[in-house]
Amino acid sequence: MKTLQEVQNDIVEEFSMYDEWLDKYEYLIDLGKNLEPFPDELKTDDRLIKGCQSRVWLDTRAEGENLFFRADSDAIITKGIISLLVGVYSGRTAREIADDDFSFVERLGLRENLSPTRSNGLASMIATIRETAKKHC
Amino acid sequence: MVEVEKIRKEFPELGETVYGKPLVYLDNAATSQRPLSVIRKWTELSTKYNANLHRAVHHIADIATTEYEQTRDAVRAYLNADSREEIIFTSGATAALNLVAYSFGEAFLNPGDDIIVSEAEHHSNIVPWQLLCDRKGARLKVLPVDDSGHLRLDLLPDLLTPRTKLLSVAHISNVLGLINPIKEIVNICHSNNCAVLADGAQGIVHERVDVQDLGCDFYVFSGHKVYAAPGTGVLYGRREWLEQMPPFLSGGEMIGTVRWSGTTFAPLPQKFEAGTQNMAGIPTLRAALQMADEMRNTRTEAALNEVKEFILNALLSNPKIHLFGNPVSSEEKIPLFSFSVEHCHHEDLALILDKMGIAVRSGQMCAEPLMDRFGVTGMVRASFAPYNTLEEAKYFIKSLDRAINMLEG
Repeated sequence: MKTLQEVQNDIVEEFSMYDEWLDKYEYLIDLGKNLEPFPDELKTDDRLIKGCQSRVWLDTRAEGENLFFRADSDAIITKGIISLLVGVYSGRTAREIADDDFSFVERLGLRENLSPTRSNGLASMIATIRETAKKHC
Repeated sequence: MVEVEKIRKEFPELGETVYGKPLVYLDNAATSQRPLSVIRKWTELSTKYNANLHRAVHHIADIATTEYEQTRDAVRAYLNADSREEIIFTSGATAALNLVAYSFGEAFLNPGDDIIVSEAEHHSNIVPWQLLCDRKGARLKVLPVDDSGHLRLDLLPDLLTPRTKLLSVAHISNVLGLINPIKEIVNICHSNNCAVLADGAQGIVHERVDVQDLGCDFYVFSGHKVYAAPGTGVLYGRREWLEQMPPFLSGGEMIGTVRWSGTTFAPLPQKFEAGTQNMAGIPTLRAALQMADEMRNTRTEAALNEVKEFILNALLSNPKIHLFGNPVSSEEKIPLFSFSVEHCHHEDLALILDKMGIAVRSGQMCAEPLMDRFGVTGMVRASFAPYNTLEEAKYFIKSLDRAINMLEG
């Protein structure tokens, strides 16, 4: 099994193949559309990370030492980024996630989509994943 | 259009590029760009005449105070207010609304009274009244809008009771862009002894406001939306109200004499200007309002109407687009367009447009109750200023089509 670092490197490498923002967004839109469906009954207020712009739902399940994430958003580009995050962190141990510095998000070149000024739920989603992992350590 | 190109040169920000593309700034309803005349005045006062107002006898304080007080005269003349005492400087429309909500409320609102706001208000024209009503045991009533975004004036007479003390309504909604019939509202309210406040945050930009003609009791606006420095704003209030209202904030130049036994207050307008004022910012209002007039008096206005007609037709003829604030005739709409697109999230559209160099607003636009009214979580808003060109409008529509295709694809 690949380490968390290796999985992150793979994604950064794949994403860096796209030079143009247009291609990057098209890739994210595709990812968003193909994200595993999120059951409507899980779209509850306690799973909602509310921003001014898009809404993000995050569901966490613990199995032994491992954490499994499912997430959704009403905005498709945000959903694409969520798909990347879920792909990286879901199934990892709480310890691995808690010890990660999440810097791969910056390496993706998506900083502007994640900055708090965008007022979307993504930055909060990352914070929530991290906090959840710490609690399970 | 030569005039528009000439005017654009006065606004340095318009020459900027984003992601290597020329900036197309269509978020004017959030804040407008500032002309060189405003920037120069701001810099001049910050670098040569930075002194506190009204208190010192020294030279630079004298100049700073003169600039500030001359601006009051200029704003009085611009609004055609009856006297300079009726012009209160604030940090913006929000501060002005809070001032009236507090001070008018303290003087005139009793338990069981009510205040009316419309359904299409900015949060700044909702929350201060909610707080006031909570404090006083009064009731906040809501004048609805219809599906096209027009105020339901037919419902107003029934909403008004002998206990209704004030109605506060946008001159022009920051979401719908429709010019509200303030004079008609004033007539209905005044015959019921109810005061009227018009929130002119958008109105001051697009209408040539004459407060005596409008007949309203209060008119408020922010400087930064009408080309002036941020942190500036104006409250116009009819003298008979302002005289009877207690101070809002206290301290600084608003006092008469201070004794341990009690304090008296300065006369209008200082009574409502506590603390050190925005001495570099406020005088930029004069240059800013001059610029607003200049743009209104040249062919720029005709060009802006052309932009408005073009966008209106383009949005209305696209079946995927739903425009909020549908005018009966285009004269009642300013070039501000909030819309949603079928199957496309407003955030996605705004993110893609941003990468094309276009700055639009997306989200709830500080009007959550109105979003609920139309059953949406947010909208995209493109708001134009007289310095926006028809080429920019065409590029926006083309880019919007491309963004929609990407998201539907």
